[in-house]
Amino acid sequence: MNSNNLNKTPERAPRSESNYSNTHSSDSYAAMTERIQNLRKISVDTAPSLDIERALIETDFYKENNGKYSIPMMRALTFMEICKKKTIYLGEGELIVGERGPSPKCVPTFPELTCHSVDDLNVLNTRDLQRYTISQEDIDTYAREVIPYWEGRTMRERIFNYVPQEWSAAYEAGLFTEFMEQRAPGHTTLDGKIYQKGLLDFKKDIQAHIDRLDFMNDEEATDKLEELKAMAISCDAAIVFAERHADLAEEQAKTEKDPQRLAELKKISEVCRWVPAHAPRNFHEAIQMYWFMHLGTITELNGWDAMNPGHFDQHLEPFYNKGIESGDLSREEAKELLSCFWIKVNNHPAPPKVGITARESGTYNDFTNINIGGVRRDGSDGVSEVSYLILEIIEDLHILQPGSSIHISTRTPDRFLKEGCKVIRQGHGYPSVFNSDVYVMELLRQGKSLEDAREGGCSGCIEVGAFGKEAYVLTGYLNVPKVLEITLNNGINPVTGKMAGIQTGDPRNFKSFEELYEAFLKQLNFVIDQKVRVSNYIDRMFAKYAPAPLLSVLMDDCIAKGRDYYNAGPRYNTNYIQCTGLGTITDSLATLKKHVFESKDFTMDSILGAVAKNFDGEEILRQTILNKTPFFGNDDEYADSIAVRVYNDLLEAIDGKPNTKGETYHLNMLSTTCHVYFGKVMGATPNGRLAGKSISDGTSPSHGSDVNGPSAVIRSLTKIDQTKSGGTLLNQRFLPSLLKRDEDINKLSKLIRSYFSLGGHHIQFNIVDSATLLAAQACPEDYKDLLVRMAGYSDYFNDMNADLQQEVIDRTENESF
Amino acid sequence: MGKGLIFDIKRYAINDGPGIRVTIFFKGCPLSCAWCHNPESILDYAQKMYTASKCIGAVKCIEVCPNNALTLTRNGIETNVELCNLCGKCAEVCPTKALEMSGREYSTADLMKIIERETVFFDHSKGGVTFSGGEPLMHSQKLLELLDLCGKKDIHRVVDTTLFANTDVVLDVAKRTELFLVDLKAWDSEVHQKYTGVPNAQILKNIKLLAEIGKDFIIRIPFIDGVNADEQTLRNEAAFLSSILWERKEVNLLLYHDIAKGKHQKLGSAYKAEELATPSDEMVQLAQSIFAEKGISATVGG
Repeated sequence: MNSNNLNKTPERAPRSESNYSNTHSSDSYAAMTERIQNLRKISVDTAPSLDIERALIETDFYKENNGKYSIPMMRALTFMEICKKKTIYLGEGELIVGERGPSPKCVPTFPELTCHSVDDLNVLNTRDLQRYTISQEDIDTYAREVIPYWEGRTMRERIFNYVPQEWSAAYEAGLFTEFMEQRAPGHTTLDGKIYQKGLLDFKKDIQAHIDRLDFMNDEEATDKLEELKAMAISCDAAIVFAERHADLAEEQAKTEKDPQRLAELKKISEVCRWVPAHAPRNFHEAIQMYWFMHLGTITELNGWDAMNPGHFDQHLEPFYNKGIESGDLSREEAKELLSCFWIKVNNHPAPPKVGITARESGTYNDFTNINIGGVRRDGSDGVSEVSYLILEIIEDLHILQPGSSIHISTRTPDRFLKEGCKVIRQGHGYPSVFNSDVYVMELLRQGKSLEDAREGGCSGCIEVGAFGKEAYVLTGYLNVPKVLEITLNNGINPVTGKMAGIQTGDPRNFKSFEELYEAFLKQLNFVIDQKVRVSNYIDRMFAKYAPAPLLSVLMDDCIAKGRDYYNAGPRYNTNYIQCTGLGTITDSLATLKKHVFESKDFTMDSILGAVAKNFDGEEILRQTILNKTPFFGNDDEYADSIAVRVYNDLLEAIDGKPNTKGETYHLNMLSTTCHVYFGKVMGATPNGRLAGKSISDGTSPSHGSDVNGPSAVIRSLTKIDQTKSGGTLLNQRFLPSLLKRDEDINKLSKLIRSYFSLGGHHIQFNIVDSATLLAAQACPEDYKDLLVRMAGYSDYFNDMNADLQQEVIDRTENESF
Repeated sequence: MGKGLIFDIKRYAINDGPGIRVTIFFKGCPLSCAWCHNPESILDYAQKMYTASKCIGAVKCIEVCPNNALTLTRNGIETNVELCNLCGKCAEVCPTKALEMSGREYSTADLMKIIERETVFFDHSKGGVTFSGGEPLMHSQKLLELLDLCGKKDIHRVVDTTLFANTDVVLDVAKRTELFLVDLKAWDSEVHQKYTGVPNAQILKNIKLLAEIGKDFIIRIPFIDGVNADEQTLRNEAAFLSSILWERKEVNLLLYHDIAKGKHQKLGSAYKAEELATPSDEMVQLAQSIFAEKGISATVGG
């Protein structure tokens, strides 16, 4: 009841009450050991920087060797060269070791995919947000050694040299984005096999398949041989990388005076000599095993969403239990090791992008998303003591990466959900909450086996896949409201006056809503066809020119098929198109349907005229639309039936389209931060949204349009058949006062259970009030560690640009009733 | 007998009884508490509410008013209450909802549809429907119909009431209600009369009655400095509540806030509680210990 302080700047309340904390006060971090506090401090305080070492090693190797080997072999040998030569790091107090760059928060570049220009590097070095520092000397070296070699040879140039004019027109209009112009296809998640087999075991499998190649009858045998040889080399490379860390630990041990650290260094050396060559034997080795595989795959290429361990708690549980039973491991030691791992992930900001993608995804977050709970392959509940341990770590560490999510099935115990809700109450924006039962159905519908579906989960933001067995390639976001915008302008992008779609007629002549909707569908199908055509081309480019042999080792059934991860090697191969702005499109269509075609209180011409001038001088019209139109998210049949219809037509247009790997496209309803970028490239929309303002995100209602509380939002959202998607996204912002009492936590958990029983896929919460967000905008220094939920991941409020900040502030605030 | 007008419906109501609830607010109340958080709930006919900050001067309301009751002034739209017959046409055309009518009729069937939309949330959270107000017992005909229908659908029923009603009505409603939330606003009847407009003898009698028939209820005390936040009042209340046959022994202290001020502005009515204040933390602790002595658990909020 003491929430009546909205008008004053909130005090810096204790961590248990709000989501920002004083990093200088020791008591709020009492739960962390001194080691973890120190490592966390380095990780948080070190500014991200760019490292050119990887690019230099790679460029030298290519200059010397390109053309001597097959492309898979060339990739594997390059990876070996990097593993042999790159600067390695073993920081003070570290227990889990290895960095992609030469030191924490230091990010390499991948010129084979997209080569930063000198201008790009200067921008990265000087921009205010998401800055990556780089020295002038390094920029000069890059300009001299790296840029000239890669000019005309990068994947990005291959793509842009190919794309048809229609694609470019739609792309430039902001109708969709393309993920693979700067990074490799990723969204990749591992299963449990690396905890049962070491790389030497995988090499045996590879050799067995090489021995079995049938050069007389299999026309692909030679290609398979090259791919399998490359896989074997990539295993060796990862082992070399680990051995170098063992050597470094021994080297440091020689001069180490502190007996405790000496013992630790010996232990590190022993661990790195064993994994990844062999299967891990204990908790420490299991974490280090994963970490080497994580580093290996994000070093060989720059796949989207880095790498994900999948159901980490389930993978670690046997090692934890064994250690606890034998007395070799205490709960505290396990927690410390896991915390070391958590900090390692945080040490790895996303490699910086250039051009349009830099605007659409402004974050350091590289989207590793740890799945906690869920179900096991046999369908039983996946929650264990390690799951609770991880929840504690998330709460203690309070850092940007990795993201985390709790996975709830009907079998999940209430205690786990409630403990998860208590972490949510802290307001860091995580964990997000997923419905295992629904995504198992989603995966089954896509053709996965029951066991593989249960082993699946979510990576990145909300997208589903079969862990360790699937390449699920996110191809880019689709700006659905923009499709309506060009429909209302007969195919022309009103922002530029250029043709972006096709001619579907002047909407002023449409006699019915159906006529308008038909025109919208024609534009939609045209735009999606452009997108798919180029995505298919890009898929083949990666298959041919950028294979990923180490990733292929880790992904069933690449070894058995002798095919690369990018070339249909995995058991399952899905392409997703991420549709954005369901709220904005629904509300806009509802506006036109109701006011133009039904109540006829406004003509099409008057609404289009008002939209064209950004409602300037048309406030009465705009307010009438905002206040007298049924909008999505209020459990109102009028609006919700339009949302269902649009969703079904998106499915119809995308789902089942063939990809180049013998499988199909699916849709998901994900936006990351792209809804903000998409809003920037749009004029005003008929629902009263002003030009340049963010559109709605994945499937959440438009900002401020849901006025009947979270249960109404849930009812609206579950009218769409979410099981047919590869993920939907629902953001909810709650005032802290709504979660004060333990009883409130219980009710929140029941709200989640209710959503999931109705078929909801995902829900996430920001527990923060507007006053706090406004205060953080005014005094950023005081709120350095204010984390908020963006869309599928958390980010520091201070690291977000003004548009993103405004987007979060504008979200409907659910208050205590 | 009230007309059964509804002035608000809240979904995901988490402070009106167990679980996740939908709360139906009846308009019309025999009391008129000085601190009432929902002053629009007191009169049992539709009222006009005006939010000056939302007004953009569209003046559609002025054009449409059949009685020429509205004028645009420096302070926004002003209503001549002599001329206004509360027809609501102005609110219909207002583009910004600056003008809104509070109180509308719902058919029982429509209300049931709204309530049943929340079934899944009730099921998972062991929640249900709460009838509040205003004073729901003042609308007993509509209330009893709804309670019967909810009972048939196995929906958990809570009635949030002042119990300022005839014993017959209380008994009729009690037969159809799982849990009552009963307000105890002041102990001294004169104080009660002063701040709520009615004495409290009937209320105390009905509380006792509920206890005697074994009906489950929680006592809710709007805890206000200057009305009931003093030791003697608390001791009297605790003594009374421990003298009746009451199993649950649960009291919610609702700390006073002046949030109703804004609503009075919207209604154009006077806020009569300027001298009231939020009790101190010490007073809250004292209250909790006095109730605890009598075996009654008193929590803040609810």
